[in-house]
Amino acid sequence: MTEKDFLSLTPFLIIAIAPVVIMLVISILRNYRVVFWFSVLAFLAAFVSIFFILTSIPNTIGTLFIIDNYGLFFLGILLISALLVTFISYEYIKQLEGVREEYYIILFTSTLGAALLAIANHFVIFFLGIETLSISLYILIAFQKSKSNSIEAGIKYLILASVSSAFLLFGMALIYTASGTMQFTEIVKAFGEGDQLSPLIISGFGMMMVGIGFKLALVPFHMWTPDVYQGAPAPVSAFVATVSKGAVMAILIRFFFSLKGFNNHYLFVTISGIAILSMFFGNILAIRQKNLKRLLGYSSIANMGYLIIILLVGTNRGIHASVFYLISYFITTIGAFGVISLLSSDKYEAENIEDYKGLFWRKPWIAIVLTLSLLSLAGIPLTSGFIAKFYVIFEGMKAGLLVLIISLLINSVIGLYYYLRVITALFSSVGDSKLPELTSWGNITLAIIAISILVLGIYPGWLIDIIIRLVSL
Amino acid sequence: MILVYLIIVLLSAAFLAWITGKRNPRWARFISLIALSVDLILLILNVNQSVVPDNGWLINIKLDWIPAFGISLHFALDGLSLVMLFLTFFLGIISVIISWKEIDSRVGFFHFNLLLILAGITGVFLSLDLFLFYFFWELMLVPMYFLIGIWGHENRTAASNKFFLYTQASGLLMFIAIITLYFVHGKYTGVYTFDYMQLLGTEMPESTGFLIMLGFLAAFLVKLPVVPLHNWLPDAHTEAPTAGSLILAALLLKTGAYGLLRFIVPLFPSEAVTFAPVGMLLGVVGILYGAKLAFAQTDLKRLVAYTSVSHMGFVILGVFSFNELAYQGVVVQMIAHGISTGALFVLVGQLYERVHTRDLNKMGGLWEKVPVMGAIGLIFSMASLGLPGLGNFIAELLILIGAFKANILMSCLASLGLIAATIYSLRIVQKVFLGSKNTDWKMNDLNLREKVVSALLVIAIVWLGLFPKPVIDAAKPAILKTLNNQKELTYFQEPPCPPKGGLNLNLLINSFKLSDFVFLQGDPAKREGVFKRFKFLI
Repeated sequence: MTEKDFLSLTPFLIIAIAPVVIMLVISILRNYRVVFWFSVLAFLAAFVSIFFILTSIPNTIGTLFIIDNYGLFFLGILLISALLVTFISYEYIKQLEGVREEYYIILFTSTLGAALLAIANHFVIFFLGIETLSISLYILIAFQKSKSNSIEAGIKYLILASVSSAFLLFGMALIYTASGTMQFTEIVKAFGEGDQLSPLIISGFGMMMVGIGFKLALVPFHMWTPDVYQGAPAPVSAFVATVSKGAVMAILIRFFFSLKGFNNHYLFVTISGIAILSMFFGNILAIRQKNLKRLLGYSSIANMGYLIIILLVGTNRGIHASVFYLISYFITTIGAFGVISLLSSDKYEAENIEDYKGLFWRKPWIAIVLTLSLLSLAGIPLTSGFIAKFYVIFEGMKAGLLVLIISLLINSVIGLYYYLRVITALFSSVGDSKLPELTSWGNITLAIIAISILVLGIYPGWLIDIIIRLVSL
Repeated sequence: MILVYLIIVLLSAAFLAWITGKRNPRWARFISLIALSVDLILLILNVNQSVVPDNGWLINIKLDWIPAFGISLHFALDGLSLVMLFLTFFLGIISVIISWKEIDSRVGFFHFNLLLILAGITGVFLSLDLFLFYFFWELMLVPMYFLIGIWGHENRTAASNKFFLYTQASGLLMFIAIITLYFVHGKYTGVYTFDYMQLLGTEMPESTGFLIMLGFLAAFLVKLPVVPLHNWLPDAHTEAPTAGSLILAALLLKTGAYGLLRFIVPLFPSEAVTFAPVGMLLGVVGILYGAKLAFAQTDLKRLVAYTSVSHMGFVILGVFSFNELAYQGVVVQMIAHGISTGALFVLVGQLYERVHTRDLNKMGGLWEKVPVMGAIGLIFSMASLGLPGLGNFIAELLILIGAFKANILMSCLASLGLIAATIYSLRIVQKVFLGSKNTDWKMNDLNLREKVVSALLVIAIVWLGLFPKPVIDAAKPAILKTLNNQKELTYFQEPPCPPKGGLNLNLLINSFKLSDFVFLQGDPAKREGVFKRFKFLI
């Protein structure tokens, strides 16, 4: 490992050192505000450091890491999302009983796990990253110790994640048996791509899909989603929905593209099936939900279903679409969960749609942000979600994936129905306020999110240009 | 740039109205009024100035938007969009005035939504980039959803949801059609663009073209609406506040008709002909079924809503007749229906403000109490049934004649709609203003504000009835352009040798160009020609 290699890992080192520093600080002085600001700075520093290492890419470090534009772009997205999650966590975590500073330590470790996935080129790093992420998430999900459903969600996630990790490992082992290598790029070299993939590799990939599908909450591995989304503290739900899924998506795309799995008939059918099932299950189950967090959970299942269509497109332009979609989805989801976390207090979690009745007339600003987020999820023009969905449909049509695109459209309409239900509640005339006042911090975060949703919805050209220029595999 | 300004004025006024409306509701109202008037004046000023039409486009402007996909901000104005924009701003002003007293809660947000809808409609009438068109097409839905859902009547939530789902679902089908067209065009020409001008005349296999056209049709026919897809309309109209019903009936439905004229016919000339028989049938079914349902209603607002279904049937019939006469009728019908049905909704709103019911059975004998309102009601009921001298007569007659050239059976069936219209229109007058008093209401006649609104609408419909030439002239280049690639659909081919003796029906029909009479153009040579054609009758 040369000095150059070391330098090009700077963002990761920053994220790895930050929790250690926080631990030391806590042992000397327990101050919530200091820890919070340190975390914000550390995330920012890690993000800024990405720009300094741009000169040394692409860089392959040993057999383990590959630091390229694609990985760094994902890393940037993950870090910004983690930063936004930190912002919406401030008030929410502050008012919890018991120790609170440790929350940020674990936020860093889980982000580290996620970040590793973005640059992994080897099964070992893949597994290491995913386990670091999972183990941190068990703690984060169960962080609200006073609430039974938070702990229940944590345990549920623990058990299911362990099982899915076992599948993942078994899949890796199968592929290793067949190819004798654990490096993504080498597997293809050993066996050829597309339809030449041996059955062993395909079944290995199938096993791995269980683990990956679990993380992405794809049907039929989605059972945990609503419970975890509901039980976890709202900012953690946002984290699970964005950073965790984004990182897994990053590695899935890299792995799948290096296998050229879209050229393989079996994998094509499997992924299509999973995508269609996820869309329909997610949306149909969301219709009857009365709990906003659960509703968002089901909606995330559907959204991941839309997103993995892109795997089958199999071109760099498809990857561009998925990156744009992810960015839009991250902003939107953090917006929605941000509203929930800002409106929740220690005593009362603002998660029932009933609670949001007439919110617009009492707190117009926060209701607008939630409305924008929901409209963006539904894909209505003027919001980033519209352009994102358009991009996916566009690339899907180009690749001729008609069945998938038509199911996407049908699901957009189903999805609209339950998003509208929430929006209707926001604007209905009755309703009493159980929800607390907002702080300026929350307002700033929400302002950033609202503006991003609108800017990306009205003038997305610049971001698309950046993505096209930077991201490719 | 003027076209962009039209939209920007509305959008910025929308936000301004919202913000200031919290302090003082009057500000929101005045800002909306001023913004719409400014737009109207801008339009008048610029239309007078631009004398050199560029291939039929009065103003044409194209800016980059998302170059990666070949999407541009392409706005253009021709006679058809000009006429529609005048209607939009005129009725926009009316809808602000009629909401002056009716809307007393959340006034700022109301006007925000109102102006946003109008901005969306303006965008739809001006966009010449298909992506941009879809953008505006969807943009008008959300504020309309709020308008119905917040300020509507009892069942507003269900109605607004239904409205949104219907239009959104059909809009998505159009979206997929737009993208398919983009790729088909790109495949054959190598140019990937959403630009309307370039997509015109795309060569593609008939079956592909037909499928793409169906996608477009889905959106337009739901908006219009045609009969099997009309379900959202009565609910949305009935539950919406008066301004909402006015905009829905007078403007939103017109975007569907406009889409047929602007996109279906020019983009898919031969496919549209294939679809024509079905299209005409849908039109006729709409005319008759809508009229029948209108007659059966006891809720006055619902009744008026169903008359829209019936009147819009004429539009579809006309569009799929593919001749100039019918298209002139379609344009006049869009304007006339906008004004007359809009006026009826205004009237229902005024009645509702006074008696707080829309139930026909509780009304009756109101003429004594509110003679002015009664007179206005009578005028617009007459307009609705197609009384000569009012706009609807010209429109429906032109459409029927045009359709007659294309398909006699359909035209004859459609003309039955005029009788049905007479029945339901007279029923309005009879049940509301005449007949026996069912309840002894205490009510005042129209006040000054309401009289001004009604007077404006009456002037407009009478003017359209007596002197439709400006509208027809303005839209004529656009219509001819639309029909350019289109072979005239004529039911009758010239017979090889005309049968001798008796009344020559074919000759009669072919010589019966009513356009010559209707417009009373003072061209002596033309008049001479008309007489010559009729000599055989004498």
